Amino acid sequence: MAAGATYTPIATTTLASAQSQVDFTSISASYTDLVLVMNTKGSTTNYPFLQLNGATGTSYSTTTITGSGTTATSVRQSNTVNPYISSDAANTTGFEFNAILHFQNYSNTTTYKTVLVRANSASTGTGATVLMYRSTSAIDTITFKLNTGTYSIGSTFTLYGIVAA
Amino acid sequence: MANTFELIASSTVGSGGASSIDFTSIPSTYTDLCLKVSTRHATGSPYLAVAFNGSSASFTYRYLEGSGAAASSGNGSANWSVAINPSSATASIFSNGEIYIPNYAGSTNKSFSADGVTENNGTTAYADLFASLWSNTAAINQITLSAVGGGNFVQYSTAYLYGVKNA
Repeated sequence: MAAGATYTPIATTTLASAQSQVDFTSISASYTDLVLVMNTKGSTTNYPFLQLNGATGTSYSTTTITGSGTTATSVRQSNTVNPYISSDAANTTGFEFNAILHFQNYSNTTTYKTVLVRANSASTGTGATVLMYRSTSAIDTITFKLNTGTYSIGSTFTLYGIVAA
Repeated sequence: MANTFELIASSTVGSGGASSIDFTSIPSTYTDLCLKVSTRHATGSPYLAVAFNGSSASFTYRYLEGSGAAASSGNGSANWSVAINPSSATASIFSNGEIYIPNYAGSTNKSFSADGVTENNGTTAYADLFASLWSNTAAINQITLSAVGGGNFVQYSTAYLYGVKNA
């Protein structure tokens, strides 16, 4: 076994109908880190963003390095309510968007939380994002939203827990 | 729940090198595949080429690359992936990379990501992020790694294929 008995599926969702958001709730605090893998399609070209613990205030910031296929840039969001997990990488209608998100030390109650994201769409771009959630609360809810439209049928989201010991 | 990140197969290039690394008869019992590679090229300064089910057709990609001096982005219609440490790099330095393929056994086109780095004690080395798409709905049961333009991987190049289950 590569990772020992430490890589555990917590929940998985395959959309049976189009949804404007996808929620993972009541996430156990018994893991060290979380990894989320998404492979999705959009009703139109749209962009996913996160909401953690239902926080809707300006609790988030992001920094992204991104390539559109022609241009390499960096994008910053400060004090935003809609922290996008990608910039050029879009959730298109072609079932080509995928992203892996790493939530390190997500359940501690003393530090702000950071999330590392790798997001990809072969027709629009690729990049990496660090997202900060300015809260010391343990993360127990993860919500994926969109700037417009919906996630299409067949889109998949899987949340894994990783235990340090 | 059971452990769900499992080694499916591995390959280490022997003396004399190898022009490709193949994983065949990949079971469809996992949700995702994760391939971790450590490679060096025998002669050139190439990029990794990824083929599925024996096919190198119907691939597209976009990349973001940093060289230590500049960042760039490009795109193409080919099965190119991350940079491989070239033969001109300082001896014994291997590049490494990870390719992640979600829903590899599903019935949709296969999107996948690749992250890779080369290193060198010289002035230039590369960090790459790739978004790739294989526009084919077949389940992936074979992965072949080679170098764009041909040539051999050197001895001690390795590839490890893991399966990830969501239940």
